[in-house]
Amino acid sequence: MTPLLQIDDVSIQFGDFKAINHVSTTVGDHEIRFFIGPNGAGKTTILDAICGKNHVSSGRIIYKGEYEVSKMKEHVISNLGIGRKFQAPSVFNGITIGENMELAAARKHTLYSTTFHTLSKAKQEYIDYCLEFVGLIDKRFKYPTRLSHGEKQWLEIGMLMAARPELMLLDEPVAGMGRRETEKTAELLKKIKKECSIIVVEHDMQFAKEVSDSVTVFHEGHILDEGTMDSVSKNQTVIDVYLGRGGEK
Amino acid sequence: MEKKKWRPDVTIVLALVIFLFLATTPFYLSMFRVSLLGKYMCYAIVALGLDMIWGYTGILSLGHGVYFGLGAYCMAMYLKLEASGSSLPDFMTWSGVSELPLFWKPFGNPVFAMVMVIGVPVILAVIIGYLTFLNRIRGVYFSILSQAMAMILSVLLIGSQEYTGGSNGLTNFTTIFGKSLSSPSTKLALYYATLIALILIFCVCRFLISRRIGKIFIAIRDSENRVRFTGYNTAVYKVFVYGLSAAIAGIAGALYVSQVGIITPADVNITPSVEMIIWVAIGGKGTLAGPMLGALLVNGLKTAASENFPELWSYFLGFVFIFVILFMPGGLVSLRELPGRIARKFSSKKAEEDELNDAFIADR
Amino acid sequence: METFIMQIFNGISVSSIYLLASLGLAITFGLMGVINMAHGEFIMIGAYTAYVVQNLFRAYLPAGVFDAYVFVAIVASFFTAALFGAVLERLMICRLYGRTEDSLLVTWGVSLVLQQLARSIFGAPNVGVDSPSFLAGNLRITSTLALPYKRIFILFIALICLGGVYALMYKSRQGRNIRAVMQNRNMAASLGVNTRRIDSVTFAMGSGLAGLAGCTLTWIGPIGPTLGTNYIVDTFMTVVVGGAGSILGTVLGSGFIGIGGTAFEFFTNASVGKVLIFACIILLLQFRPKGIFAVRNRALED
Repeated sequence: MTPLLQIDDVSIQFGDFKAINHVSTTVGDHEIRFFIGPNGAGKTTILDAICGKNHVSSGRIIYKGEYEVSKMKEHVISNLGIGRKFQAPSVFNGITIGENMELAAARKHTLYSTTFHTLSKAKQEYIDYCLEFVGLIDKRFKYPTRLSHGEKQWLEIGMLMAARPELMLLDEPVAGMGRRETEKTAELLKKIKKECSIIVVEHDMQFAKEVSDSVTVFHEGHILDEGTMDSVSKNQTVIDVYLGRGGEK
Repeated sequence: MEKKKWRPDVTIVLALVIFLFLATTPFYLSMFRVSLLGKYMCYAIVALGLDMIWGYTGILSLGHGVYFGLGAYCMAMYLKLEASGSSLPDFMTWSGVSELPLFWKPFGNPVFAMVMVIGVPVILAVIIGYLTFLNRIRGVYFSILSQAMAMILSVLLIGSQEYTGGSNGLTNFTTIFGKSLSSPSTKLALYYATLIALILIFCVCRFLISRRIGKIFIAIRDSENRVRFTGYNTAVYKVFVYGLSAAIAGIAGALYVSQVGIITPADVNITPSVEMIIWVAIGGKGTLAGPMLGALLVNGLKTAASENFPELWSYFLGFVFIFVILFMPGGLVSLRELPGRIARKFSSKKAEEDELNDAFIADR
Repeated sequence: METFIMQIFNGISVSSIYLLASLGLAITFGLMGVINMAHGEFIMIGAYTAYVVQNLFRAYLPAGVFDAYVFVAIVASFFTAALFGAVLERLMICRLYGRTEDSLLVTWGVSLVLQQLARSIFGAPNVGVDSPSFLAGNLRITSTLALPYKRIFILFIALICLGGVYALMYKSRQGRNIRAVMQNRNMAASLGVNTRRIDSVTFAMGSGLAGLAGCTLTWIGPIGPTLGTNYIVDTFMTVVVGGAGSILGTVLGSGFIGIGGTAFEFFTNASVGKVLIFACIILLLQFRPKGIFAVRNRALED
């Protein structure tokens, strides 16, 4: 069986600087994969490459065994079912939370359908379900500027859910959250996992331990180790360059 | 589950008041004033189009005089041909042209001219939009390029005197669709035609804004990258809204030249193009009713001022504009917040504050 | 062959004027992220300063020293425009860092006011400035090929300014502070750089350069209240083509627009030439959306 996502010998270069150096890994269905590693290790860079924000210098990223996403534009990649959440919460402040969800949930993105079609009843109900899921159903007619930092993060996760991706890319979803909010997010991710695979970039080791199925440790643009959280935390090199310093927060 | 509360939309009320006022003016104002209002209405139409791209989608075009001018010139070519009958237009004879240029010929047909009024601006806008938006040229760069376009078109119009009448522009029209342009009944008909165009375009814009596409415009304004990663090809939407606003400006130009009777390269240049932005900013961008109000008000004041103290007008406009941008980004329409703000000063009820925040967040 | 050399010289000469006019812009737009639509009006202020200085010389000093007004005018136009720039920065621009679009609109308002001010003071018609006698002649190369001294002088001034700006930005402590503030305002502030002062000085310097450009323009044509609008589009295009924030880019941009523009005009005519150069710019931006030399700084983050 082909893996959901296959990163095949990818290098990414900015000028003379090699941010990613011959990285290969695969992510399977319904897997929560954590990318961990010190700052500047290239975790976000590879996430950017998967969703089309960066171009790869060499190598390929194959999605579902047939789409070479490293050669596609952002919106095409997104429509293939790869959703991305950025580090800083970015939701649309000029429209209501419900409308944010609608934009994310709509499948057809042509000028015609966005002008003349309304979302189907099933879609509306699914949006309600997602909003309920992230706990924002009561605020659907409010504008996102009024949300707390954590709520914005959830709204963004909710928007991702509404799009029904098969692969979610989350960049530091719990950064800036308190313990309770983090725990809630962990629960959320475990629920979402039933529907899709998730790649998370995170520094919070406890969160990683709680949620992850497997982790990939990055260091200076290459992969140091890969496996379950337990196995990598026994790896001496990993401890030396990263974990030994207590993670980075 | 909470239902969305019905709140009377101030901007809709404002728009209705404006339309009612404009519809009734011929009954109590002199024909001269009514014609002026007809001219301002054309500006209000342009302002609507600009609001769509700037207020909602966040693309600042400093060259909308181009589309206004192209629409106006297309219409003017038809009017000119009708005025000159079977002979050559006067300015062509003066520049020594002996035969009607090929591209002028079809404009003798009013239907063709009216199609071109929309077609030419849209085609140019789509080409320019496609070349800039698709390659993600920065927003400010787009503004600068659009401004250059305004300058270039006016230079081009002046430079090709034998085809365009040079800096004198196109004027001396006599009839439109066989009716005399100077007769009051034609003037009134044109006035109401402009009003209907204004109302229709307002409704179209309002419709788009209320649909999902309108939310996408706003989303592009807020964070274009995020819209891309949500799976929308933002370039398509930007080209669409840019083309739409060009079409609107073209229609306004055609109505303008029919009523005012002259179009010159000076109406196409940078200064009038930026003035269009000023109307939108002063009225209140992102509200549809605001820009209409801005266009009518600023031009009304301008006429009043140039009748009495022309010197002071530029100072006044300059300072008002600076003030609005620095301290009143929501424009005149944002004054609707004022009662609420004052009320809040006196009663510190949190709930009320929230309501207000919700209602007016769209302003920035 | 001679027409060719003459065209090349014309092109370089036009480029040098664009370079002078856009160097200031490269600083305010490129480095500070402020779109100063009143930049053209600073050019106008410089031009009128030269006009005033000339009239003062004519009125109060013996005819023998009249030619010396040039040097006073150059200095005076720089500082007058710089003063206006500093005032503008303190009053308005300082509220607008990071709000590029608003800075554009506000300064457009300022330019409206300044134009009207010039009209009120000096009248709407154009005025002429007499260029000094030592700039009157031509440098004769062959019997038919002659290069006007004025143009050579302007080229010379442009080169000096270019050198000056380069030295200031890349070789001096002040320049390092300026670049530091432009790249990371908060960091620079926490390292003890007085960012408010740097902002003022930088903006004033950019405005002063515009004034200087205005001074040189008085020798090649009459000046009027709308002088600035004639240059604003071309100077902005120069910066866009070159890549905002890069001085080398500005040099290339002005060369591109100056020489390219003259060449197109030579082969077609003035208006078609403008269209062609615009088409070239659009085409160029297809491949380099951020200009020939794109520099990353805070103003360039989308």
